[in-house]
Amino acid sequence: MNDSIAFFSGFGPKDLWFLTQAAWQTLLISVLSISGGTILGIFFGWILSESKVVGAITVGFILDAFRSVPLIIQLVLFYNLFNVIGLAVSPFWAGVTILGVYTSALVANVARGGIEAVGAPMRRAGRSLGMSYLQTMRYVVWPIGLRAVFPSWVGVALGVLKDSALVSVLGHPELLKVARDLITRTQQPLLVLAVAGAFYFALSFPISRYAAHLERKWQS
Amino acid sequence: MNFDYTFHWRPVIRKLPELLEASLVTLQISVLSMIIGIGIGLVLALLRMGGPKYLSWIATAWVETARNTPALFQLFFFSFGLGAFGLHLTPYLIVLAGLSFNNAGYLAENFRGGFQAVPDTQMRAARSLGMSTTQAYTRIIIPQVFRIVYHPMTNQLVWAVLMSSLAMIVGFRELAGETQAQAFKTFRIFEYFAVTALIYYVMVKMILGISRLLSWRLFRY
Repeated sequence: MNDSIAFFSGFGPKDLWFLTQAAWQTLLISVLSISGGTILGIFFGWILSESKVVGAITVGFILDAFRSVPLIIQLVLFYNLFNVIGLAVSPFWAGVTILGVYTSALVANVARGGIEAVGAPMRRAGRSLGMSYLQTMRYVVWPIGLRAVFPSWVGVALGVLKDSALVSVLGHPELLKVARDLITRTQQPLLVLAVAGAFYFALSFPISRYAAHLERKWQS
Repeated sequence: MNFDYTFHWRPVIRKLPELLEASLVTLQISVLSMIIGIGIGLVLALLRMGGPKYLSWIATAWVETARNTPALFQLFFFSFGLGAFGLHLTPYLIVLAGLSFNNAGYLAENFRGGFQAVPDTQMRAARSLGMSTTQAYTRIIIPQVFRIVYHPMTNQLVWAVLMSSLAMIVGFRELAGETQAQAFKTFRIFEYFAVTALIYYVMVKMILGISRLLSWRLFRY
């Protein structure tokens, strides 16, 4: 029965390389969807803060739906929707797109909070100093609002980094998918899971530490 | 780009009773995991604030693992990971254990924040009025902490409902799992998941609505 050796072989250095590549995929998906989602989310947040009634019923309602439906359902649903309308999208880009829109729904709330954290008197003061609307936004609202909501934004980003694991349902070989495949082959679940977990920890822990550091620096 | 797909909603409507029944399973497992999570989370928070050194270290490890790894990873640990020790849980227990583990980690941090937000002077004032430590905790400290952590707890319950959809991957038939099973039987994947998305939306809104009503009743004073 030497054949079985080919199917079930132990965890080797090559597999560590596999997992490293998979972690790279996870990082790539996260960075793309977080940056895209943040830009989109700031725009939505601006709409929500400027237009309290119309914005809340249209944009607010749609974004709220994205926050109220499990991401995994959204991924399967929209990936199939892309197929239904005849768009051939790779699992990677479908995942990035859906995760990006999901991120924007979370960031919109944060961004709105940031804009509203800067009180109307402060903005009026900016305007009466002769600044244009855009200048007030850029030199008054942005720096103050950013400091107010930066911690929540980091929280969102870390959440998305972890949620990127769900792109595995579309079949893209990111960290958790590769880990699962390796478990099936090596039959050494604890080792593989420990390595995969260490990768996630290595990705997210430094970010949360750096954010805490930045927060302390800004407060002083 | 050519559109040649016909929607078929009838198979989904026919299976709607099954889906609704499965959504009750979702609610049940989420609420149960919340109850377990609150219990463990309280213990973890108290241990982190001042327990024996090694216990507080375990609590920190639990909280950091729960918060810094994906929930799906935690589910995998309870399915494959415990399997390595020859402990094979049923899919229901895997999901329940995974959700409870995650809830406990997040709630512990909320509780810790809540306890730290209540000033020490409250405790001293209660003690100087002649209350015992237990009385001071149950009558003075805990009610104030509860008020602070009420909204984070509601959010965590919503998260638990959303997170329970991961059960689909480990093969447990709650709402998402049932949907997947039915969808792949009929290949009406889009239609099934659209209806399921709607059910999740309604469930989340119901939880938030009930929680708001409760908060009016609870925090009248």
